[in-house]
Amino acid sequence: MNKVSGNAISWEVKDGVIELALHREPCNELGTQSLGEFEKFIAALPELEEHSHALIIYSQVNSGFSAGADLRETYRRTQDMEKDAAAASIRESLERTHHVMNTIDASPLTTLAAVHGVTFGGGLELALTCDLIIADKTARFCFPELRLGLIPGFGGIPRLKRDLGNSVVRDLLLTGRSFNSAKAQQIGLVSQVVAEGQALRVARATAAQLAKFDQHTAVAAKKFIKPIPYDELRREIDIFCALMTQPAVQAGLKKFVESTDALPYLP
Amino acid sequence: MRTQQQTIDEILELAAAQFKVPRESLSPDDDFFKKLGIDSLQALSLLTRLEQHFSVELPDYELQGVSDFRTLAERIQSRL
Repeated sequence: MNKVSGNAISWEVKDGVIELALHREPCNELGTQSLGEFEKFIAALPELEEHSHALIIYSQVNSGFSAGADLRETYRRTQDMEKDAAAASIRESLERTHHVMNTIDASPLTTLAAVHGVTFGGGLELALTCDLIIADKTARFCFPELRLGLIPGFGGIPRLKRDLGNSVVRDLLLTGRSFNSAKAQQIGLVSQVVAEGQALRVARATAAQLAKFDQHTAVAAKKFIKPIPYDELRREIDIFCALMTQPAVQAGLKKFVESTDALPYLP
Repeated sequence: MRTQQQTIDEILELAAAQFKVPRESLSPDDDFFKKLGIDSLQALSLLTRLEQHFSVELPDYELQGVSDFRTLAERIQSRL
């Protein structure tokens, strides 16, 4: 099957390149539906990998790559549960999400995220699973979780630590500030910055170049230079779950969910 | 070095172009959320464009509570 279309994501194979499109309005919030479709994707991935050398993840939504986890859905899903049941539900969801992220991270394919606009929280964490991030000039990155009393929960901190210097990680995480694609390239997060609307084209051109390389060597090189920080990823789940049930976090989430402010993520 | 007035004028030009409104309809003391009818995602795209144009970094927490072009210009001017 060369093309699979879902409500939140779709994928197809073109010339040995898997293109995974995100297309859930308003900005590819990652919730239950997206997770289910991502699980279908990773279930199909081993077979797709046999006929492919690269994976491109991109967004078809104008506002950006992804605004991250659907915290409104998470809050509404768990607010009527007992504390233990809510914690168990959140942990189960995180475990499933980590499985998806880790599978993409560990794929033998060379993986590229072509990003534009809002690339926040879980959206940035998804991009961080990829080998290369190609950003257009409209891209804006952020880990806003601390503003809500949380830490990133989809593997963001361990993957940032893997890829960037610790002082940069502290800046991004502890200030929660957003930054543009030029800054992202300066700190080493983004490999190429391109004109508005050109990220997917450049990602395709890059993928076409990769097809010329010996695939066994590419796989060996990736395995050597991109270790997956499984132990830290496990610890991240534990810390996130411990924080999530704190009354202060619940209060912060409630304020965020119910806010009609123009910039609701700013506390 | 730009003057504050030049910075305000350039912000108004950029905002008008980005959100396709007549430049003459925008004034320095306008609430840009209301005047441009923009949401948080669109405000971020304006912020990105302003950073590129003025070659500055503007941490978004510095813009907390800022909703008029004149104050926005002051924040930018302090980083030029």
